[in-house]
Amino acid sequence: MSDLSHPQDLVIKGATVLTKTGLVRADVVTCNGVVVALGPDLDAGLGARVLDGSGCHVIPALVDLHTHLREPGGEDAETVMSGSRAAAVGGFGAVVAMPNTNPPIDSASMVRDVMALGKDALVDVAVAGTITVGRKGERLSPFGEMAEAGVRICTDDGSGVQDAALMRRALEYASSVGITLAQHCEDASLAACGVMHEGGWSSRLGLAGIPAEAEETMAARDIALASRAGARLHLMHLSTAGSMALLAMAKQRGAPVSAEVTPHHLSLTDAELSSFDPRFKVNPPLRSEKDRQALLMAVADGVVDAIATDHAPHPAHTKQAPLDEASFGMTGLETAFSVVWGQLGHLGIEAVWRLMSQRPARIAGLVGHGGPIAEGSAANLVVVDLEASWTADPSRGVTKSTNSPFAGRSMKGKVKHTVHAGEAVVVDGEPSR
Amino acid sequence: MSQHGEFPRHLLSVADLGREGIEEILRLAESFEEVSSRDIPRVPALRGRSVALMFFEDSTRTRLSFDTAAKRLSAETLVFTAASSSLSKGESLRDTVQTVSAMGVDAMVVRHRCAGVPAQVSRWTDAAVLNAGDGWHEHPTQALLDCFTLARHRGNGTDLSGMRIAIVGDIVHSRVARSDIVAFVSLGAKVILVAPPTLLPSDMEGWPVETVGDLDEVLGTLDAVYLLRLQRERMAANLVPSLREYAHRFGMDASRMARLPAHGLVMHPGPMNRGVEISSEVADDPRCVATEQVSNGIAVRMAVLFMLLGTPAAKEALRAGSPRRPGSLLPDQESLHSSVPGAKRSAGV
Repeated sequence: MSDLSHPQDLVIKGATVLTKTGLVRADVVTCNGVVVALGPDLDAGLGARVLDGSGCHVIPALVDLHTHLREPGGEDAETVMSGSRAAAVGGFGAVVAMPNTNPPIDSASMVRDVMALGKDALVDVAVAGTITVGRKGERLSPFGEMAEAGVRICTDDGSGVQDAALMRRALEYASSVGITLAQHCEDASLAACGVMHEGGWSSRLGLAGIPAEAEETMAARDIALASRAGARLHLMHLSTAGSMALLAMAKQRGAPVSAEVTPHHLSLTDAELSSFDPRFKVNPPLRSEKDRQALLMAVADGVVDAIATDHAPHPAHTKQAPLDEASFGMTGLETAFSVVWGQLGHLGIEAVWRLMSQRPARIAGLVGHGGPIAEGSAANLVVVDLEASWTADPSRGVTKSTNSPFAGRSMKGKVKHTVHAGEAVVVDGEPSR
Repeated sequence: MSQHGEFPRHLLSVADLGREGIEEILRLAESFEEVSSRDIPRVPALRGRSVALMFFEDSTRTRLSFDTAAKRLSAETLVFTAASSSLSKGESLRDTVQTVSAMGVDAMVVRHRCAGVPAQVSRWTDAAVLNAGDGWHEHPTQALLDCFTLARHRGNGTDLSGMRIAIVGDIVHSRVARSDIVAFVSLGAKVILVAPPTLLPSDMEGWPVETVGDLDEVLGTLDAVYLLRLQRERMAANLVPSLREYAHRFGMDASRMARLPAHGLVMHPGPMNRGVEISSEVADDPRCVATEQVSNGIAVRMAVLFMLLGTPAAKEALRAGSPRRPGSLLPDQESLHSSVPGAKRSAGV
């Protein structure tokens, strides 16, 4: 597919475009992966591919800070290629691949291997490294070597770094090589063998709970440690009202902290577990309605920097198991934009762009992503129809896995086309390769 | 929605039944109780039906009780036990269920150490699913037999109103407590939970119960005290300091027995930890009805199986008849064949 590295000219006709000066009605012309013209009634010339954007918005392609591509080791759930196709269909132009693969991405050579897998992908695949060797929480991963290989984010995601002294040293050291540490905030002793949020529903259902404090105690600890170290800390998939309060306080004090929330925590609650359906088993767990409302408010108030999917594909049989054996996690790439638009559409498309593209690109240090769209900017674009409604159907999804919590739910707003490096990788919702 | 009238298709939780469903089971159990006293304790009510006893978690008494109940109704039973996790053998829970389902069973009685498994199973099979205890969630037939036992001693039909029942001990890890609370309250009783905060669910907002930390505070006001088994793991998890302290604060012993009103019952779902939640004197006291609970379990489980698997005509016949004269409706093994609606696996269960 090397011919695709020289994409043809492309024009998106008739859409509203997110530019430096706001939303304007314009056509967008790209050439060799760069936006070359922006204006009304443009013509790309003979041979140019025309994408219909009428009634739609063009915004910079989305950037996902938190994607599990499962390769190597989990290829029955997802591969870098299949995950990148799902990402493209979801309107993403770049994803940060989580390092909790098997083996974990804890060395420069592992980083290069996974980057190579993403070379022909439909989106840019940035690779995160682990904080500790083997994700064992014992010894620091080689941050310097991984940084030289291109890593900008390190995380032991899947579990939190339990040892406070180790986390302190990790923050101090990583800051010197330009790496941001991303923490999965979860005190293992408090979370124990919980399978859902500890609250009214877990009490009624007799399921072991994961208390909000399992997240909040580690978030508080790491905010304190990062502030002292002066190192950048990113808090992943925060899920509780208490975490939102801690984050707001940290930001007020100017702590070097950013944070993400997920579409599923913005839209679903622990009440879903009353069906005992393991599709709703995720870590951190779906929280209470009060927590969900606190997340929505914190996003609206600008306290939360980014929305990230935590796309976590799993083979079907691991979800057809008792809740205490079933895997944690849900897919999310293909539904993220619509779920977020359904919850936050009232904030406007520019707000969603900042949460799902601009700030994630900045946090991940991704060049050519995040926009806004201008002549000369990289042609990583997504065309979204904000009025479209559709029904999520994981059996028709592009990801290899079907563990979507949104199956059968009606969605508002839909990704129509995705342009990656000037190539129309998704047209009318279908991946082009 | 159910071909059996208003009775639910599955019994996954006590709440599925509602007050009327519970009362119906209790009345029916009374009819079936007489069967057990016959020379040949067997009626053909479910002849030709097959019941799979799927015990993913060890439980001798509940399995034997269901097995006996099914056999007294002339149903066949298939026993499946698997202590280890299905995933560790490479077979998913769904595979296991579909395998047993493919054998053509009419009902699955499911016991599993994880909450929700019976509900999951019900989505993967056409058989009626009966929850025989799922993790800390529910144990509906235990609650029904407990109601039966209480109602028998109360002596006012199925009504428990005005009774004060304390459930004592490890509520948070108790499927019995979760089912009993719903069932007792449905029949009009007042439920008081007695436990330290570490053994209570973290959020009980909306639960129709009163909660106290001191058994002695309420003991003199109770009509029944229901003791839960305290497992040794609870010490390791620091939920209670020691068995000795637990026994001291929450155990039922002779001195507490003396303070329980004279008519007050002591109940226990078994197996009992003598010396922990119950002293030996109390366990052997005539007011302790633990063994009565066990025998009532058979009649109650017969009633539940019959409600889930009996043909509509058979159920109509029973409903129309007087529960005081069940003999005419439940002929014995020798005399029947034509008179009783039986037994074809046709009712589209």
